[in-house]
Amino acid sequence: MLSTRIHDILKNHTSELQSEWLAAMANSGARRDALMKEGELREQCAEFLRLLSQATQQGGTTDINSSLFTPVRELLERLSRSRSLQGFTPTETATFIFSFKLPLFSALRREWSREPQVLADELWSATLLLDRLGLFTTEVHQKTREEVIHRQQQEMMELSTPVVQLWDRIVALPLIGTLDSGRTQTVMETLLQRIVETSAEIAILDITGVPTVDTLTAQHLIKTVTATRLMGAECVISGIRPQIAQTIVHLGVDLSGVVTKSSLAGAFSWALKRLNQSVNTSPGLARTATASKG
Amino acid sequence: MERISILRMGRILIVTIQVDMHDQIAMALQDDLTARIVETGARGVLIDISSLEVVDSFIGRILGNIATMSRVLDAQTVVVGMQPAVAITLVELGMSLPGIRTALNLEKGMALLQASIEADEAAIEVSDAILEE
Repeated sequence: MLSTRIHDILKNHTSELQSEWLAAMANSGARRDALMKEGELREQCAEFLRLLSQATQQGGTTDINSSLFTPVRELLERLSRSRSLQGFTPTETATFIFSFKLPLFSALRREWSREPQVLADELWSATLLLDRLGLFTTEVHQKTREEVIHRQQQEMMELSTPVVQLWDRIVALPLIGTLDSGRTQTVMETLLQRIVETSAEIAILDITGVPTVDTLTAQHLIKTVTATRLMGAECVISGIRPQIAQTIVHLGVDLSGVVTKSSLAGAFSWALKRLNQSVNTSPGLARTATASKG
Repeated sequence: MERISILRMGRILIVTIQVDMHDQIAMALQDDLTARIVETGARGVLIDISSLEVVDSFIGRILGNIATMSRVLDAQTVVVGMQPAVAITLVELGMSLPGIRTALNLEKGMALLQASIEADEAAIEVSDAILEE
């Protein structure tokens, strides 16, 4: 049976395979001593050999998705995940597996050089096995990277929607950058959430930092305003630039049901009036603001 | 069948929805509420939906209907405590519920209702005075 021969080699020549493998890895440049200690790599190699030998003990070597290969897959997943996070390239990660070809092939050759037929078969199945395992590591590597990117995207999204409390019962959300539908969704969610938390009655949506407003963005803004109203708060849109005002009119977007102000200051003073609050500045206390409930 | 209780507090009826709104419960609420408005001569209806986590278009419509019916029966409706998720769902469904007044919580809704009922009555007094003159 094909698999048992590879298994025999793995079992009987473990230490040779390991040292040859380490040497091969050093030659291929996949070892990054700055990022990983040699002892750690040696341990990983030893464990991989042990698990692979266990996996090939019974049954085929071709299906790496079978339950026999689960420990091997888990090891490789752990390996490539940590390598991906440590900053190894996909090639360097995959070379961990691919550099094992050389020692395995030479061991096979030593053992079966008298029977070319068997040797060819064995080489073929060994190649298939290692290719699959190598591709698996690349896949995990890629996936880990994607997870990192996704997380960063999420964090940026949250960072880019800071809801600030301007006054008792007044919150503001200064928006900066382009509004796509995913981002507006987050904007809407955070704004509404903060309204619940602070029980704010007025929310100011400041779009001074938004370069362009198209119909879709305008529609999203209107949706946010409506949702705020449904919750029992009022929403003002401020910071509408002249060009944006022109675009909105040209596009025929109906903002008649929405309170709009040209500046955040305007919106804030509207909000204060709405809540019967006022700010008094006297010459002696120019910096002290006091609110009086009307 | 489960029914949502309607509490009376002076001239205001208070409904707190604390169960999942099935269509049938919503229909029953609509019936009960209109009956109670007529029976008690209530001037205001306060519906607290703060424990409601899921809405569909039907429930949205029922809320709109309740507001309209109350107005016909001379009572004002305020819906309070809508959760962000519910608000987003309703907006995405295209239901802006233009006829409904809203407030953040029961306390604010109550204040809003009281104030507008008083304003209503003051307006009536003024018009009476004008008529007398």
